[in-house]
Amino acid sequence: MRNFRIWRGDASSGALEDYQVEVNEGEVVLDVLHRLQATQTPDLACRWNCKAGKCGSCSVEINGMPKLACMTRMSTFTADETITVTPLRTFPVIRDLVTDVSYNYVKAREMPAFSPPPDLAPGEYRMQQVDVERSQEFRKCIECFLCQNVCHVVRDHEENKLAFAGPRLFIRAAELDMHPLDARTDRKEHTRDRQGVGYCNITKCCTEVCPEHIKITDNAIIPMKERVVDRRYDPLVWLGRKIFRRDQVEQQAAAEDTTPAPASPETVTHRASPGQVNWAQEIQVPPAPAVGPDGRFAMSEVLIDRAGAPSPFGDDVTFPVDPEQLRYLHPRTDED
Amino acid sequence: MTTTGAESAPGPSKAQPAVTTRPRAAIAERTLRKDRWWLPPGIVAIGLAAWVTYATVRVFLKENYWVAEHHYLTPFYSPCVSLECIPEAAHFGRFVPDLPILPYAVISLPILLLFRLTCYYYRKAYYRSFWLSPPACAVPDGHARYTGETRFPLVLQNFHRYTFYLVVVITAINTWDMFLAFGGEAGFGIGLGNLVLLLNVIFLWLYTLSCHSCRHVTGGRLKHFSKHPIRYRWWTFVSRINPKHMQFAWISLGTLALVDAYVMAVSAGWITDLRFFN
Amino acid sequence: MSIQRHQYDVVVIGAGGAGLRAAIEARLAGAKTAVISKSLFGKAHTVMAEGGAAAAMGNVNPGDSWQVHFRDTMRGGKFLNDVRMAELHAKESPERVWELEIYGALFDRTKDGRISQRNFGGHEYPRLAHVGDRTGLEMIRTLQQKIVSLQQEDRAATGEYESRLRVFDETTVTELLLEDGKVAGAFGYDRESGEFLLFEAPAVVLATGGIGRSFKVTSNSWEYTGDGHALALRAGGKLINMEFIQFHPTGMVWPPSVKGILVTESVRGDGGVLKNTEGQRFMFDYVPDVFRAYYADTPEEADRWYDDPDNNRRPPELLPRDEVARAINAEVKAGRGTKAGGVLLDIASRRSAEFIQRKLPSMYHQFKELADVDITAQPMEVGPTCHYVMGGVEVDADTGAATGAVEGLFAAGEVSGGMHGSNRLGGNSLSDLLVFGKRAGEHAAAYATALPSRPRPSQADVTTAEEAALAPLARGDGENPYALQQELQDVMQSLVGIIRRRGELEDSLQRLAELRERVDKVGATGGRRYNPGWHLALDLRNMLVVSECTARAALEREESRGGHTREDFPDMKPEWRRVTLVCSLAGADEVRLAQQPVTPMRPELAGLFERDELAKYYTPEELSSATADLG
Repeated sequence: MRNFRIWRGDASSGALEDYQVEVNEGEVVLDVLHRLQATQTPDLACRWNCKAGKCGSCSVEINGMPKLACMTRMSTFTADETITVTPLRTFPVIRDLVTDVSYNYVKAREMPAFSPPPDLAPGEYRMQQVDVERSQEFRKCIECFLCQNVCHVVRDHEENKLAFAGPRLFIRAAELDMHPLDARTDRKEHTRDRQGVGYCNITKCCTEVCPEHIKITDNAIIPMKERVVDRRYDPLVWLGRKIFRRDQVEQQAAAEDTTPAPASPETVTHRASPGQVNWAQEIQVPPAPAVGPDGRFAMSEVLIDRAGAPSPFGDDVTFPVDPEQLRYLHPRTDED
Repeated sequence: MTTTGAESAPGPSKAQPAVTTRPRAAIAERTLRKDRWWLPPGIVAIGLAAWVTYATVRVFLKENYWVAEHHYLTPFYSPCVSLECIPEAAHFGRFVPDLPILPYAVISLPILLLFRLTCYYYRKAYYRSFWLSPPACAVPDGHARYTGETRFPLVLQNFHRYTFYLVVVITAINTWDMFLAFGGEAGFGIGLGNLVLLLNVIFLWLYTLSCHSCRHVTGGRLKHFSKHPIRYRWWTFVSRINPKHMQFAWISLGTLALVDAYVMAVSAGWITDLRFFN
Repeated sequence: MSIQRHQYDVVVIGAGGAGLRAAIEARLAGAKTAVISKSLFGKAHTVMAEGGAAAAMGNVNPGDSWQVHFRDTMRGGKFLNDVRMAELHAKESPERVWELEIYGALFDRTKDGRISQRNFGGHEYPRLAHVGDRTGLEMIRTLQQKIVSLQQEDRAATGEYESRLRVFDETTVTELLLEDGKVAGAFGYDRESGEFLLFEAPAVVLATGGIGRSFKVTSNSWEYTGDGHALALRAGGKLINMEFIQFHPTGMVWPPSVKGILVTESVRGDGGVLKNTEGQRFMFDYVPDVFRAYYADTPEEADRWYDDPDNNRRPPELLPRDEVARAINAEVKAGRGTKAGGVLLDIASRRSAEFIQRKLPSMYHQFKELADVDITAQPMEVGPTCHYVMGGVEVDADTGAATGAVEGLFAAGEVSGGMHGSNRLGGNSLSDLLVFGKRAGEHAAAYATALPSRPRPSQADVTTAEEAALAPLARGDGENPYALQQELQDVMQSLVGIIRRRGELEDSLQRLAELRERVDKVGATGGRRYNPGWHLALDLRNMLVVSECTARAALEREESRGGHTREDFPDMKPEWRRVTLVCSLAGADEVRLAQQPVTPMRPELAGLFERDELAKYYTPEELSSATADLG
């Protein structure tokens, strides 16, 4: 018989409750939680799947430390020790040990996906083992979100959740930036501006709790910070930027960046049937204003190639636009 | 000068509850950790404070930094550039006027300080021990607001790489001093002081080269290792010593203090150098 | 409480490899698609697959081709495979694996930069594309990220991530709703809130995986309750080959923290031996006559094989999986097993610690971390573990559409049957997921588009489903679902387990009938919000009906073949190869079993085999007609 204190409750209220439960030799905390379900509290909510440390579902906090319940052996506690099991603190609680981890999925969705090289067909990819190894380490991630949970940037400061993506997504950024065939070139900027890598103060708790022993800080976050330095904090580049005002041009490019990267072959072949809107159709991005190679507007009217301001829709759009080219479906009122 | 992600990140739409205001589990205890989590940051705090105190005192002592007989120069005074420096100890000339607030090695010390201050390991150490942000994992951070390294002055941590370039030069100077110390007033000779200097230089290099910025510039920034075999080999070497960056950081602090104390003791005549040869 | 209604073109139930691949394809085909997952997105059991995905790309040995892969698959399945499925699988898997690279997968590489392939039992050439020993994780993550990238494209096009492809995580489907034999939708509940959802959709793809949770020792997760099998049965579909269940001979049985985790065969290949509690190396007593010529008689010869395989015969520990499992089972039943019901697998006393750590690093670390078992210092307790079910929903090979009295139902992956025959080769499951997941998604979308008018679920059916789902909660003092599950597992493990006998199987049917009555009275305490007791109570019905199919089919098939071993009929019989056992439902819950002839192999495919080989499996008249066609 061992003493367990388990947090029971939901979003409205909750408290640590004491349980006396039988523990057999060789068991892990998850086994004990299962025994509690089977014998005392059939409705004790906890997540689990593989029970082998491979799926990352059973993340909880055991004696205050974020851990996988399936990988925490009972033999690591002394016989008279009370074991406290609580839900992950950083995420909203659903019930008992189950939390709402959608923050992580939302952040994952904001991460631009792998961008395949446009000129290679399936089966033509050639990559050397040394080139894929760094990214492979990050792909070991089982998405248990212990790193996201332990990171004080969001754990202790809820308001940072908007601006900060978290260690799990930094290793994703590093994975893609180090991918030998990824075609995107703006990942460093994305990591700084959209993921908030600057919030990380490399106190390494993510690495400490990682059950897959991924060197999150040393191999992903710090390299990404250094890559950001390459682009953003090189004093000479910075000076040039300030003097020639390239900042503004780039911000504009970043704003346009919400359109997808090179369309994948599948989208191109996809055709809408008549009467339907072809949602997959690429809308032409209006061309950027005419700036010179130095990123600046022409200083003199003498040098500009037209009278008046450029068209806000781009110079090559003529009106009226062909309705087939629009991504707009006019609502029909005669139905239903 | 910096725009934070908060301003540029797209706001969550209704289908994606990015930052929900749903409550977290109501747990009264600030942390449920039962182990002695305060011990490691405590030790680091004491260790760093002690070292900084010693170093500050020594740097402004402005004596007992040069053993004339064996040409031992402590790294705390190298390169000695003040006009007040002992001429033999000033291997790179004397051109800085002596002011009480300026140490004799006024060029190298700020560089060394900045290098260690912006080092990725020391940042972890002092953010945890002094800034309590956070003191330990899963222990609440001691601040109400937190913006990390996104704003001035902490955004300057990003300049670590440039301090690394400068420190390579300083470490080379320390290495040069170490070589010069083999030739004392009586010509070539080896004493215990030489070995201590050598040991210090070895650990200084290990610490310097295992730096994360060094790892990045030697090869980490490449996308294709296979196209740059030599840089890949460099990167592999740095990657091997990089995981021990923390150990080297502490050991090199130790050897610095040791070599300085030894030089001070010999110079002040408290002990005599143990000579093995000449 | 109100019911959330959603309209989709295609609903995919299951978010493992097959489900995600089907959803991707359906979305690419223009269908508005929903993926329903019992767990969080990306936690599916596919992550457990270690070996790799078999695909005849020929990167390591250019001699490989789809024909060779097809041949290996048929041999592995003991010629009971659905021939067309095996053919499509062998032909299409390379393309499907290459596609993963476009989605961002990073497989291990060969020297010339192509996808590396490794050897695996039953495959003639190195064929398994892999990433260390976490290929399944790589696949799930890749497909998950591809779905996200499609959602990003949709957002760019429509302003909304989930406009055309949405993942419903932690959602369970309890019932399919039909109109005139056509799929009209699916009814389920959101695990988090306990609220009910109604998906109105003309096409449903089942990709729910297997049935392993009905067994006591299993490598499968809690999700593997045979939901898809049961949903298909209740909707009018048919299950085939349900008697064939793959047991891995050496899964851990003790300590409990690692129970069910597989100990790879290479532990035996690298020198591990099986011993009973009397310390005897018992495998020598279990070498069947047909294998005598290839396996050593004495421990001395067996031990020489590791270093000199050319001049010595193999150790009997390396017999085929079913033989080893049978031997372990026999030892345990004879009372020479451990308390936990296993035998000892000993490599510690035979090889040095460095050797073991070098050869089996992931095994070593896994057991060290999960159970504090040091395999370099102590023997492992192992026993047969339920691993994979070959049987499943009968589908049309080309489209993945379920056969039987239902339209608009599709199935792919472990939940579908036929592809693997009576035994699955390692590595074929991951490629199976991709090939047939894609086909099912594609054809489900096509079916939904071509449908002139959409069937609508009737309100009466919705109400019935709602009442059925709420019933356990109303019986607060009903039977404990956990106790019932445990009893079901006991019945299946001991009576319908790896070695089967007539008497025991008849007994099991009796006990399952009793359990059914008790499952009807199962109760759950607590509310509807994230209540695992309630969820299990609802799953029990599915587990029970699928278990009964397995037990009935196992009783019917009077031979031993692949994943089905009858002690009273130890031989493989050619006349049984011509028969597929088909399970269907009559009335509410009555399981009916029928025999159905196996489709013969087309002559050009039969021509890939030597006549002598076919003779081992075929009846004489079949053989003469097959070879006559060849001319």
